Amino acid sequence: MDAPLIDIRNLTVDYLLDKGAFTAVNNVSFSIGRGEIFGLAGESGCGKSTIAYAITRLSKAPAWVSGGEILFDGVDLLQMPEAKLRDIRWTRIGMVFQSAMNSLNPLMRVKDQFHDVLNRHEGFSREQSLARGEEMFRLVGIAPGRIHDYPHQFSGGMRQRIVIAICLALKPDLIIMDEPTTALDVVVQREIMEQVLDLQAQYGFSVLFITHDLHLMSQTCHRIGVMLKGQLVEVGDVSQVSRAPAHAYTRQLWDAIPHLPATARQGWFA
Amino acid sequence: MTQDPLARQKGERPIIALDRVERRFGAVEALRGISIALHPGRALALVGESGCGKTTCARIIARMDHPSEGRLLYRGEDRTAAGSASAERAYRRDVQMVFQDPFSSLNPVYSIDHHLTRPLLLNGHAPTRGEAAGAVEALLADVGLDPAVTRRKFPHELSGGQRQRVNIARALAVRPAVLVADEPTSMLDVSIRLGILELLARIKKERDLALLYITHDIATAAHVAEEMVVMFAGQMVEWGDTRAILADPRHPYTRLLLSAVPDGERPLRRGDSTRFLKIADEVRSLSRPRAERVEQVGANHFIRPPAEAVPAAA
Repeated sequence: MDAPLIDIRNLTVDYLLDKGAFTAVNNVSFSIGRGEIFGLAGESGCGKSTIAYAITRLSKAPAWVSGGEILFDGVDLLQMPEAKLRDIRWTRIGMVFQSAMNSLNPLMRVKDQFHDVLNRHEGFSREQSLARGEEMFRLVGIAPGRIHDYPHQFSGGMRQRIVIAICLALKPDLIIMDEPTTALDVVVQREIMEQVLDLQAQYGFSVLFITHDLHLMSQTCHRIGVMLKGQLVEVGDVSQVSRAPAHAYTRQLWDAIPHLPATARQGWFA
Repeated sequence: MTQDPLARQKGERPIIALDRVERRFGAVEALRGISIALHPGRALALVGESGCGKTTCARIIARMDHPSEGRLLYRGEDRTAAGSASAERAYRRDVQMVFQDPFSSLNPVYSIDHHLTRPLLLNGHAPTRGEAAGAVEALLADVGLDPAVTRRKFPHELSGGQRQRVNIARALAVRPAVLVADEPTSMLDVSIRLGILELLARIKKERDLALLYITHDIATAAHVAEEMVVMFAGQMVEWGDTRAILADPRHPYTRLLLSAVPDGERPLRRGDSTRFLKIADEVRSLSRPRAERVEQVGANHFIRPPAEAVPAAA
């Protein structure tokens, strides 16, 4: 097997508090291969988002990465000088957050927000940015002409797709998605996740998909890791973690999810 | 065939009913012909995406808003217009709400004890503080919290799930006949949602409460409610017995909703996104126009069939 795209080794992140250190991520190791969709599951507070922030070195005080390595293409991101990191963040590692749709600037037309990103990272001219933006709009299923609109003219689901489009415009190798659809209703959620899968198949990027919804995760990921109180308690193929979970906590997580009665699971529009 | 869900259960008077309620905000028709009834000891789920009008229904029932047209019936009386101050007070005592955000619905400067003692005293359910103390303990125990530990705590010392239990206890302290729960679990972790749903189902049964459960998650509705209404764009598109609807959904929008509930055993297919996007858009556009005709498809199962044909893939 090829060397993984990202290899996280013994990562430990502490929150430094008055009362002492609280270890939010405790000696966590996992890797994501090229073109792989890796899911990280767990309850709120288990440390899954803290890992996302550590990878992009966006952790803010009192969070402190106290140990471990994050090898991205063999280079440790944690040791990288800030100036060099700028070439990797967004350009090679993109991020989509839960409320990302609210991170669009309400005063700027969407095409200008594409230009903002593409000009800064790739030195694109306005014409080049517009062309790339329209291409990305087509990819996420929005009429390219609408790129001249303002964010408020789009629905929440469309805005989230626009954020994904902006993220993809830089053709990153890894996209970190932290609860990208949690604020949206299920139909829009399925629309977005199917689109992510198709874009992934087309471009071959890797995905770190963070969510508390194990069902959604098993529908989309290749491998899954389950976190409990800062520790990675189980990592495995999607079929193993969903059909034969090894850890008691994973089974608990599965059992706690309200699901539809069997009679309602006929697979409409399948 | 009956168009009027109120006529469905004769001899059994609902506590609250909306009768062909319309609500317009300027040009926006937020509610179009909503008729629902809440009965003691039963739960009704309003299911739909954000913006479909389900919270507007809750606000009208909680008297935070008023219908543009149609009637609000309370124990058989027309109470669409505001009544006397004492009548309004009695209504509000009878109809209590549990809100979505457990982190903002408790006052951070007061203890849990204060949150529960106050409604008991104000509503005359406990004449003295001493008697209120006993009632507070009973309420906390009833919602699954340890009274001795929880009483003295402040909201920030509790988890989201515990706070939502306190919110439910606060509503129960008023001794209402109707509980309106607007997305009570959507801000909670998946792992504790089921516990809150089971609590709602239990108190509904034990206290003979009429429960209006509002959610965008059709899977949780199945856990709580005997009856459900699927709403889209301010309109009831399918309603009736929960089990009948889930087993045999007839309206394309209900089918679309069910198709999108995450199911770990049904992996999403690669190369399918364009098709699903197209189906979803088609279903939305044919479900949006006002549909007057109601069709009965089962003993307690109704739909408003869309005027146009359903996409072939259904």
